[in-house]
Amino acid sequence: MRASDLLKPRPEGLYCPPGDFFIDPVRPVNRALITHGHSDHARSGHRSVLATRQTLDIMGLRYGEDFAGTTQAAVLGETIEINGVSVSFHPAGHVLGSAQICVEHQGMRIVASGDYKRQQDATCLPFEPVPCDVFITEATFGLPVFRHPPDSEEIARLLKSAGQFPERSHLIGAYALGKAQRVMRLLRDAGYDRPVYIHGALAKLSEYYQSQGIDLGRLEPATIEGGGKADFTGAIVVGPPAAFADRWARRFPDPIACFASGWMRIRQRAKQGGVELPLIISDHADWDELIATIKETGAEEIWVTHGREEALVRWCELEGIAARPLHLVGYEDEGD
Amino acid sequence: MVRNVMNRFAELLDRLVLTPSRNGKLTLLTDYFRSVEDPDRGLALAAITGDMSIAAVKPAMLRALVVERMDPVLFGYSYDYVGDLAETVSLVWPQPAGHIPNHAPTLAEVVGKLQAASRSDGPQVLAKLLDSASISARFAIIKLVTGGLRIGVSARLAKQALADLGQVDIAEIEELWHGLTPPYAELFAWLEGRAEKPKSAALALFRPVMLSNAVDDGDLEKLDPADYAAEWKWDGIRVQAVCEGGIRRLYSRTGDDVSGAFPDLAAAMDFEATLDGELLVGDPREATGTFSDLQQRLNRKSVSQKVQQQYPAFMRCYDALQIAGEDLRGLPFAQRRSRLETFVGALDPGRFDLSPLVEFPDWEALERLRQAPPHPIIEGVMLKRWDSPYLAGRPKGPWFKWKRDPHTVDAVLMYAQRGHGKRSSFYSDYTFGVWSGPEGAEELVPVGKAYFGFTDEELRQIDKYVRDNTIERFGPVRSVRADRNNGLVLEVAFEGLNRSTRHKSGVAMRFPRVSRLRWDKPAAEADRIETLQALLDR
Repeated sequence: MRASDLLKPRPEGLYCPPGDFFIDPVRPVNRALITHGHSDHARSGHRSVLATRQTLDIMGLRYGEDFAGTTQAAVLGETIEINGVSVSFHPAGHVLGSAQICVEHQGMRIVASGDYKRQQDATCLPFEPVPCDVFITEATFGLPVFRHPPDSEEIARLLKSAGQFPERSHLIGAYALGKAQRVMRLLRDAGYDRPVYIHGALAKLSEYYQSQGIDLGRLEPATIEGGGKADFTGAIVVGPPAAFADRWARRFPDPIACFASGWMRIRQRAKQGGVELPLIISDHADWDELIATIKETGAEEIWVTHGREEALVRWCELEGIAARPLHLVGYEDEGD
Repeated sequence: MVRNVMNRFAELLDRLVLTPSRNGKLTLLTDYFRSVEDPDRGLALAAITGDMSIAAVKPAMLRALVVERMDPVLFGYSYDYVGDLAETVSLVWPQPAGHIPNHAPTLAEVVGKLQAASRSDGPQVLAKLLDSASISARFAIIKLVTGGLRIGVSARLAKQALADLGQVDIAEIEELWHGLTPPYAELFAWLEGRAEKPKSAALALFRPVMLSNAVDDGDLEKLDPADYAAEWKWDGIRVQAVCEGGIRRLYSRTGDDVSGAFPDLAAAMDFEATLDGELLVGDPREATGTFSDLQQRLNRKSVSQKVQQQYPAFMRCYDALQIAGEDLRGLPFAQRRSRLETFVGALDPGRFDLSPLVEFPDWEALERLRQAPPHPIIEGVMLKRWDSPYLAGRPKGPWFKWKRDPHTVDAVLMYAQRGHGKRSSFYSDYTFGVWSGPEGAEELVPVGKAYFGFTDEELRQIDKYVRDNTIERFGPVRSVRADRNNGLVLEVAFEGLNRSTRHKSGVAMRFPRVSRLRWDKPAAEADRIETLQALLDR
């Protein structure tokens, strides 16, 4: 079987004709397999959804319990047959519940990575390389300029700044699913034991993480009830990036804007966004991780999707690996 | 004290560049000076104040070094995306195989190696350093060798941080500064209370100059004209002439020694005093040269006899900081002025004259004078409080500058070039021209280039206009339709005009920026080159 007959891009998303299912479709479909809970990958309104238990839980928290007609939980590493096509889920190391989806039929095996990273992350299972014929890799940070430093160094810079500016507050922009909880967890690992103040949009998901056994320490709502700015002197506050441009942020004393994202590697991105303390913490693979993973899968062919395809395709050419961009529409970088 | 590694310096640069507030920058600087050891901190200080000399590596060389080590196509994608060469190279620089840096270099080691390098082995020394450094240290190293840190920290702010560190007045630091050399160990020792204040044994040191604030709307109505003296604001170069014990120095306003470029003026400095004034060219008894004349003497390390005779330098004095060993800075301006008048009267009249006071009964009268100054090299008026002492820095209140309004010209957009960095998807650099040639056969001649002055929204509009009206492309530049019937008219504001042999039009604008978009104005009605030439001949 040719790879392009097993999986092909369609306007709705990546489609498997023999199995009659989509992976991470961006429009409502009959049967959807979903890699992880970020909203550009996990949409509501499908007739049936197959995903890991945690991804299903997260979708339920975000969209309400009736986000799909029926749901089925995929157990990591177990094979499920769908219309004669073998499907299995494997940890992707991106956020809690994230998985790569391996699709196999008539001797052809394709792994769709969804989003993934290789840096260690205490809030989710580590990426497992799955040998395959075709590896579909994300390329959010598919340029040699993206080299993520160890996350512990970034948190150390944050804590150092908190020490240098004890009269101010540090506001960390971090996406509500995954990044925010990872930052909280990293703070704990670095020995920070004061309460972390969180924006309301983070509450449900953070609680869910805690219920899954991921200790985030004491979290308190960043609300002012009868108090004032002084309540947040020296505080570390985590919220969705958009909230910092909001009036919401005015309650904090002379805040230092921080943003936890792989994009913060580029000074101009930080400057443009008015970020004073960029924290290069990413849930996506950086350039070195991308190329190491491509080699590790042993795939003879690489399909490159959402991100900067051209550089990764070029690198594959230089390495003698067949590669092409896979033009899927509708994916953004919500996860970073 | 923490280990004084290069990474600390790199981290400091990274934070400074993104910290907008002055106080935030001061905290970061003092913290760095407090926690990093000698000599690293002193070298960092020298790098920030521009007192470090390292043989420069050209951008082309840097690019050559990196494409020896990686695929040029991947480098191209990377540079296009990042837009800044130093940053791109720092990020993509491949760590040599099997090389794990186990020793993070200190700033002192880096600077030592770079300073010891010859012009020919410089690039290889740089490459070795980059091999052994982390990403942000690589960025810092590249910034050191390409010159100009561009971190939004002035030498003065760095000195303020030193003053904060030692709880002393910044003027004390500025006055000491020129007697000190990197890595300033004795300065830090004093600031930390471990040693006496360094003695400035050197003579003819620079004394920090007094600067003025621009007049803002509503400033003048609060001030009494009787409290202020007015002078013309001369558009030359601010200089400080110091002679002490036979040592003569001519300093720029930032304290750079520029004596070598003006030997004719230095030769006439046979007095014991420190004078503040404006360097101009010509003979003050006969005629003061224009800015174009002055340009013949600028940015030269050495200057020929011929040029010295054609464009003699002189100093138009407006203040005296000390005379014959007596420090006058604490006296009111009125007293300093009368001392100055007597003193200058005894100097070579071909090389020194007095900046005349401008009499005015009220602000309205001064406004009329300001709008119609008697000489093209005057760019406005200065206001100085009669009772003000000479204070280092830019205190608000005693001195004001009230500049002439900028000139404007209506020009037609001819070429647009793509910007870099956050403007990399926009055509944001504009070459514009005015009409020249006989009636019926007019053509546009380019007269300048501007890349700011417009809002983000206007940038989007111009970008769209450029894309919709492109007639030719060459690389990042688009040629835009511009003839008598089609074209976008830009109102361009500028500070002055120089003669130029490099530009076809024969003129070069100073500080041009787009002041208005004239969507309403037909291209044929834009200005003609004669309008600009008239400004030159004035």
